[in-house]
Amino acid sequence: MTEYIINGLFIIVILMALGLLVYSRNPQSNMTNKQRKMLLRILVATIFLLVIELLPSSLFEGRLGYLFNLTLYLIDYLIIGYDILLKALKGIKNKQVLDECFLMTLATLGAIALALYERSSDYTEAIAVMLFYQIGEWFQSYAVGKSRRNISDLMDIRPDFANVEIDGKLQKVDPDEVAIGTIITVKPGEKVPLDGIVCEGESSLDTSALTGESVPRDIKAGDDIISGSINMSGLLKIKTTKEFGESTVSKILDLVENASSRKSRSENFISKFARIYTPAVCISALALAFLPPLISLLFNIDPRWHDWLYRALTFLVISCPCALVISIPLSFFAGIGAASKEGILVKGSNFLETLSKTKIVVFDKTGTLTKGSFEVSCIHHSKLEDEKLLEYAALAESSSTHPIAQSIIKAYNKPLDLNRVKDVKEISGNGITATIDNKEVAIGNDKLMKNLNIEYIPCHSIGTIIHIAIDKNYMGHIVISDVIKPNAQKAIASLKKIGIQKTVMLTGDTQKVAESVGEKLGIDSIYSELLPNDKVDKVEDLIKSKDSKAMLAFVGDGINDAPVLSRADIGIAMGAMGSDAAIEAADVVLMDDDPLKISKAINISKKCLRIVYQNIVFAIGVKLLCLLLGALGIANMWLAIFADVGVMVIAVINAIRTLFTKNL
Amino acid sequence: MKKTYKIEVDCANCANKMEEAAKKTPGVKDAVVNFMTLKMNVEFEDGQDIKEVMANVRNNCKKVEDECEIYL
Repeated sequence: MTEYIINGLFIIVILMALGLLVYSRNPQSNMTNKQRKMLLRILVATIFLLVIELLPSSLFEGRLGYLFNLTLYLIDYLIIGYDILLKALKGIKNKQVLDECFLMTLATLGAIALALYERSSDYTEAIAVMLFYQIGEWFQSYAVGKSRRNISDLMDIRPDFANVEIDGKLQKVDPDEVAIGTIITVKPGEKVPLDGIVCEGESSLDTSALTGESVPRDIKAGDDIISGSINMSGLLKIKTTKEFGESTVSKILDLVENASSRKSRSENFISKFARIYTPAVCISALALAFLPPLISLLFNIDPRWHDWLYRALTFLVISCPCALVISIPLSFFAGIGAASKEGILVKGSNFLETLSKTKIVVFDKTGTLTKGSFEVSCIHHSKLEDEKLLEYAALAESSSTHPIAQSIIKAYNKPLDLNRVKDVKEISGNGITATIDNKEVAIGNDKLMKNLNIEYIPCHSIGTIIHIAIDKNYMGHIVISDVIKPNAQKAIASLKKIGIQKTVMLTGDTQKVAESVGEKLGIDSIYSELLPNDKVDKVEDLIKSKDSKAMLAFVGDGINDAPVLSRADIGIAMGAMGSDAAIEAADVVLMDDDPLKISKAINISKKCLRIVYQNIVFAIGVKLLCLLLGALGIANMWLAIFADVGVMVIAVINAIRTLFTKNL
Repeated sequence: MKKTYKIEVDCANCANKMEEAAKKTPGVKDAVVNFMTLKMNVEFEDGQDIKEVMANVRNNCKKVEDECEIYL
């Protein structure tokens, strides 16, 4: 019965190897020559093994037959394992006795020796161990190579060339060689290689690789343009303002590529564990081989030497910590890759770990939860159509450069006929009076209305109130305020949903404004009228008063809050495209300024860490279980090698799951 | 002084072994091997001949893992 199972298994291996070999002809498979060669060896060795198994046993009768049988098995053993044997020898030469190749060699040769000693002629086990070990290694190498490429592709925003006009001809040049001030041409479909200013052309840009934002951004002459975005429609001529090394794209690439070098605590734990694990298993194997038989001898019981030796060899098969060691960095790498695809740059695996433990989120108000620019938020008590009122206001303010005037003009957003406006008088600290369409228009604050003796309706809204009177008749008022970002409320709600215990808002703004914003968004505590230094103190207070396991994240726009960003357990800068100081000071950089990305980042980190812990517990658990069963003589080498390879395959596949972030 | 080198290594545990070996090499203050990006970041102690130190690092890494490579 077992024979059928084993032969069936070999047939499955043969079919899989064949299938993979055929697939390897497809250039998309990205299989290296080394991997293809190994696949061929696996195929040949398995077919050979199956043939030996199926040969009639009459062939192996007698002394000669016995030797013939042994020779066939040894040849197969060498086909599948010669490189391991060689590496083991080199390991001995370099005094690396605990090298996994050496241990595999010891285990398999030991199994063959036991079979010889018992004259059982059962060499299949030793060869199978080698075979499945090689299959495991092959899978690992292929899966890691493939995901390495896939994840790198996610982050691939590196431009390959810049088009520069040389001697009247457009030539492709390495972006590294382009000097500041050069005019480069970017054709539709090409990546913008360097930061600069558009001097000719109009187009829309796909910035999704940088920001995760899929809506194209329109661009025209005079606009700043950031490297790494893709030109979608028109031909653009750009005057470069930075060298390649200083350009946004190389800064981001540098950051993301080096992120996984900042190792997390789980990674350090695993590499320490791996260092102890192999020697510990080897010592236990040694103890298992000698102690029980010796003790048995003392008590005059049959020592059963070969039995214990076999169990010790089983230990060696499970001695490689590969599954653990491979899956953890792979998970973090995939997590960082997945986040960067969403426009979230995490500067290190360690930060991904901290982010997952975030319990308190502290926000800066302006630029983070609000847009930081003034906009007309509403129009009250208007006796005219809102549009009409706004038109008068815009006309009156048309010559002013005040930010409030600008926001009114922007809100009206139609061409203004300046011939309609006469006698503009700006009354400092009050407002403006003007004659429009031969009507006397007054526009300004409460003071202006009082001075002109116009009865006005005071406003309860937060912000700057602009009253308008036409021919001394009150016409209503416009409220101008800093606008809350469209996703801010959703962002806070989703943070609450994923288990953030406390949200805090810090602002330099007045208490009235702060409270109104905080209330609208549902923020737990609000501290207003703070100077930049006070913000650091507040964050320090919050850090002191919290549970030491709960992490505090500070979210700012990177302007003026670099000290706070670096003081918090984890600093998140948003809308940081092009702001070097913010990228420098923060641990996590959100490329666009959508606050909803904060909960997304935390979710990605949580998923990543969950997978990391699953893999740690699962891999260590299965290994320990196998060791226990092996020591008790319940698990044989077959089970050991299956458990070992199986755990690795499952751990790697689980790690790759980190990449999928759609539903987070 | 910090430098980054491209490396070639097959298994994650071997990468850890290389990191250990590099760290123990005289003249190296700290070393980090990134298995996923196949890069080795080495921080040198002051006043070291980087070429010589890296040759030693490469030798030591070869000792612990025969099939690895550091592109100097």
